[in-house]
This record gives sequence, structure tokens and C-alpha cells, in this order.
Amino acid sequence: MKRRQFLGLLGAAGITATLGTATKAQASTHTFNGYPEAKGVLFDETRCIGCRKCEAGCNKVNKLPAPAKPFTDLTVLDHERRTDEKTYTVVNKYRGKNGTVFRKVQCNHCQEPACASVCFVHAFTKNPDGSVTYDPSVCVGCRYCMVACPFYIPAYEYSDPLTPRVMKCTMCHDQIQSGEQNMPGCVAACPKEALTYGRRADLIEIARERIRRNPDRYVHHIYGEKEMGGTNWMYISGDPFKDIGFNEELGEKSVPDIAAGPLSVVPMVAALWPALLGGIWAISKRKEKVSEDEQKAAVKAARAEVRAQDEAKLAKAMENAERDKDQAIEREVKRALDEAAEAAKKEAEAAAKKDANDDGGEGA
Amino acid sequence: MSANNKGFWTPANIITAVIFAFGLLVTVLRFTKGLSSVTNLDQNNPWGFWIGFDLLCGVVLAAGGYTTSAACYLFGLKKYHSAVRPAILTAFLGYSLVVFALLYDVGRPYRLVYPIFYQPGTTSFLYEVGLCVFLYVSTLAVEFSPALFEWLGMKKVRNAITKLTLPLTVFGVILSTLHQSSLGALYITVPSKLHPLWYSPYLAVLFFVSSIPAGLSMVIFEGTLAHKAWHNMMDDTFNAEHDGVILGFSRGAAMSLAAYFCVKVVALAYDNNWHYLATGWGAWWLLEVVGFVLIPSLMYAIGSREKNIPLIKWAAVMTVFGIILNRLNVGLIAFNWQLPSSARYFPSFLEIAFSIFVVTLGVTLYRFIVSRMPIFFEHPDYKDAH
Repeated sequence: MKRRQFLGLLGAAGITATLGTATKAQASTHTFNGYPEAKGVLFDETRCIGCRKCEAGCNKVNKLPAPAKPFTDLTVLDHERRTDEKTYTVVNKYRGKNGTVFRKVQCNHCQEPACASVCFVHAFTKNPDGSVTYDPSVCVGCRYCMVACPFYIPAYEYSDPLTPRVMKCTMCHDQIQSGEQNMPGCVAACPKEALTYGRRADLIEIARERIRRNPDRYVHHIYGEKEMGGTNWMYISGDPFKDIGFNEELGEKSVPDIAAGPLSVVPMVAALWPALLGGIWAISKRKEKVSEDEQKAAVKAARAEVRAQDEAKLAKAMENAERDKDQAIEREVKRALDEAAEAAKKEAEAAAKKDANDDGGEGA
Repeated sequence: MSANNKGFWTPANIITAVIFAFGLLVTVLRFTKGLSSVTNLDQNNPWGFWIGFDLLCGVVLAAGGYTTSAACYLFGLKKYHSAVRPAILTAFLGYSLVVFALLYDVGRPYRLVYPIFYQPGTTSFLYEVGLCVFLYVSTLAVEFSPALFEWLGMKKVRNAITKLTLPLTVFGVILSTLHQSSLGALYITVPSKLHPLWYSPYLAVLFFVSSIPAGLSMVIFEGTLAHKAWHNMMDDTFNAEHDGVILGFSRGAAMSLAAYFCVKVVALAYDNNWHYLATGWGAWWLLEVVGFVLIPSLMYAIGSREKNIPLIKWAAVMTVFGIILNRLNVGLIAFNWQLPSSARYFPSFLEIAFSIFVVTLGVTLYRFIVSRMPIFFEHPDYKDAH
């Protein structure tokens, strides 16, 4: 019963896993290109002046703890930074082809998020508004989301012993849903319109338009349009993306797409292994039975042979004994006859002698 | 045992006590001040030594349980029967300690069952690992229990459970196939972070195939250690079969290591990563794959042909080392290889101390159990009962 329950559970898990990835398995006929009304943000590197107002705006709107150095202190830009558990967004400074340039870092809100697909409790949600949000009420704190994120975004509260959370930008999902904000805090705070909030589809058009109007000013690429299956936060730049902290080798496949193949093998193992292993067991059992039977047959044959040999030997011995007996009898008879003949001979001789003596006496 | 005669404070027990004190220290710090107080983990390196060693190595080195029981009960190699109980015990302790270590590593250990019973994330390889490890620890507990019941003299329960041996073995092999491979598949999601020489779409196959020689080598390795310590506990059957087990397992290890080497080369060729072999990473990869996969495979082959037991034992040690090296390469060394060295991870003293504590805990439990329960010998009441 227990085993059956286990197998049932496993089967259920396997089937669920297959169904869960069914949309991926049909990738040739159906692809998920994101929610049609999904919003996003376009970052224009040529407009950013590195003022860190977006960082301050984010900090305020999300009620994050005050930083060690104030947001007006621009010396923090001297070192490349990343997001952490108290900072959803940072601005980094780079040396571009025409002097100093800046680049803003935050969650890119992937269309098919790695963090969401690898989370074993579904703590992440890709919302129809384009944002990727996190639910701390189910999180176990395994940190696989941080391992899987190709952009090094989710951060963890390592100093919290019992209730650590994963922290990252939400594209101000809650604040926009509640009407408290009409755009993300960072976008609202930007004084140079380096950030544009809007429908992702529209943002791509805007980006293309800017590149077309100023072909010499921009690199002809919208970072995030296709990277890792596409992101809702996208970038255009006057400098090669690899020079301003972007990984240009991520490819266009999303993590769910990458994982779909190997994941689809899982239920097959559960489906085929019992027959395979059962077959191996049956074969070895059968071999055992055959060799047992063969052994039995061999023993039987050997026994029969021994018995036959014994019988032959006995028969021979009996024959010999008979012959010996016959010979002995013959010998005895012969001896008796000989003795009788001898006795008769002696008698005859004695009789002849007597006769001779009798004849002699008469003559004298 | 002999230790009792000399009093409690033998050198071995003093070292054990010191290690346990460190374990206690880590426990207190971890659960009062958080992971940051004991580990070198950071935002770029969320998985450290406790995942790379305790989880990845712990699981693969406990593969002796499923390989030995499959050899004996499924492949019909009955002459390995005496090796099954020690292997099952090691696997059971190994997996239990993997789960124990995870209780420290995850942020909210009290939610460790959430992925199974509360809100399963079925698209995650970690979900598969979690489910299979949970089921497999339960299976191993049942597979191990006859020794416990024999010790406690509970005949009826013991006899009922031994009837389940075959289905339990099949179930154990399925679960092992799944979670051994899924541990590799965890890293299929990070093509941009793991060095191309270790990243492969075949990671799941690589992890599963390598678990077979790892399990066989651990049985040989442990058997050697156990023989030194508990020779007096072993019955005639055990001793008579022991060299046969070593020779048979070394043939299996030679073949499975050769197969693993082939998969490694196929993975390299599939992604056309040959040019990386000329780099420093390539030298490191060659050290792992030639030095600790191909060479021990040949040593096993020669050792089993010439019945050279010492050579086989060395091959076992090298294989175990090679598998540990592979898991650390995937989990820590080749992970985040593109980050500047200042952003790379190196375990803290307390992280390593805790892992030593976990291993010591396992050895202590092993010692406790084998010196009491019928592991190396058949219980007199159940001779010929299998």
C-alpha cells in the first residue's frame, strides 16, 4: 500500500511536471511572447547623467532602509555595484567612447523569468502588467532564484536568521495597482527622461525610432528585446553593451526553454524504469531458474550414470561369483571323480594282485 | 568496545568532541544571527560549500545504496548480499545528513516540506530533487529497518518488511536515477554562469552516470575502512564474500567510469568546446577527467584482471576524490567563472568546520549502529532467511 502511494505520488508529480512544461514542448507551434498589454521600461544610456535620483526615488517609494552614504554622494559611483537586499536599483559609471556614461541596474522583468521557473514553491509570479513579483509567505530560502538569474538581480537577507526574504525590484507593481503611483518610482524621479514607462510593444517602437533618427548616436540593438527570451526592461546605448556592464552572450533562449528538454525526460524515467528494472530482475530470475534446473538435471543424469555403473559392476561381480562357484563345484566334482577313479584303480590293482597270488599257490 | 576500556577521553573521542563543539557553535550562530555570521555567501554566490560539498557530494557518495541493492536483488548477483546492509546503512545516513545540512542552509528550514505538501513548483529541477530525496530517505529507512528490528527482536515486523525488498529496490533505483540526474540538471539553467567545460545540456546524464562508479567506489572504500575497525564483528560469510565483492565491484566501476569518460568527451564535442582545453581551465578539466576518471578506470580494469586488491583500493580512493572534485567544480569552482576574483567565493572556516561536523556525525552514528545491529554479520535467528 505504501509503495503504491509512493508510486502514485511520483506518477502524479511526473505528470504534473509534463503538463507544466507542455506549452514549452509545443514550442514549434506555440510560443509565449509575453502578455500583450504588459508594460516595461526603456532605458536610454545616452540620456543618463548618473545623478542617482532614480535610486533615491526607488528607495522612497519602496520604503527601503536609508543607505550608508546619501544618494547625493556621487563618489559611490567609483565602484561598480549590484543590487542587494536593501537596494533594488543602482547606477554604475563606465568609460564610454565619448566620455563618462552611466547604466542603471535593476530587475529586467523577463518575459519568461528564470527565477519563476526554477522556484520549487512558485514564489514568483509573472503578472499581466509585465512585472515579476515575489511572495515571501511561501519562500523556503533556497536561493535557487539567485543562482538561476542570468542578470545577478535577486538579493537575499543573509543576516536574518529565521525569516530571510529575497529582495528585488517589483516594477512598483503594488504601488501602481493601488493607484499610489502611476509609474515606477525610479521612472518618476528621473529628471532627464532617460527612463520611459509604457507598453512593451510601444517601447520597442520608440527605441527603433530613436535609433533610426540618430543612427550614428546609437548601437543598433535593443538589449532585452530578445535576450533570455526577452525582458520588459530594455536598453538602448551609444556604446557597445559589453562596455557598459551587459553580458552580450546570453542568447535568446529563456531558462524555461532551456530546461524544457531535460525536464521532459523525467516522467519517462518514472514510466520506463519499472519495466526495465523488472525485466532485468525477471531475466536474472529466469537465468537462476534455468541454471537451477540444469543443475538438477545434471545431478540426476550423474546419479543415473553412477547407478548404471554400479549395477553393471554388481552384475559382473555376480557373474564372477557364479562362475567361481561353478568352477569350484566343477573342481570339487572333478576332484571327487578323480578320487573315486583313483580309489577304483587302487581297488582294481589290489584285486589283480590278489588274483595273482591265488594263482601262484595253486601251481606249487 | 575497546574504547570503553581505556576510558572515554581517547584521542579519537577528544577530536570528535572538538568537532562537535564547532558544530554547536555554528548551530547557535546560524539560528541567532543568520547565514552571514558563519558563511562567506554573498549576493553573487548564493550557494557555497554546504551545497557544493554537503548536498552534491553527499548525495553522489551515498549512491552505493542503490547500486549495491540493484546488483544483488535486480541483477541477481547474490554473492554481493553481504555488502548490501553496510551500503544501505551508509546511504541512509548519508541522505539523512544531507537533509540535516540543508536545514542550516535554507533560510526557513521549517518550510522545507512546502515544495512537496504546500505549493509545488513542478517546473523546477529542485522540486524534483526535493521530492525524490524525501521519498528516497523514506525508502532507505524502510530498507534499513530489518536490521533494527532484528536487533530489537521484533520478528514479525522484520519478516513482513523483508517481503518488500524487491519493490523497494526498484523504487530506490527509480528515485536515485531521478534525483542524481536532477542535481546535475539544476545547473542546466545557468549556461551563462558555469564554465563551458562543465556546462552541458548533458549535465543530468553526467551526474547520473558518474553516480554509479561513485557508489561502487564508496562501497569498496568504506569496506576497507570497516574491515580495519570492525573485523571482529564480521561473520564468515561476510569475510568470504568480501574479496569477491571488491573484484566484482571493481569490474563494474571500471566499465561505468569508462562510460562516464565517454559521456564527458561527448559533452565536450557536442558543444565544440575543444579550444577551451588549451586554457588554464582546460588543464584543470583534464586533471579531473584524465587524472581522476580515465586513470582510475584503467586501474580498476587492471586490478580486477590481476586480482590486485591494493590497486583496486587506490582506484576507489581516486574515483571518490575525482567525483568530489567534479561536484565542487560544477557547484563552486567553475561557477561564476567570469566574475572578477574579488567577487568569487571561498568557504569560511566555519563553513568547512560545519561540513566536517556533519561527516563526523555520520561516522559516529555509523559506529554506534554497526557495533550493535546485525550489519556485518547475519543475525543467528535469520540465517538463510533471504
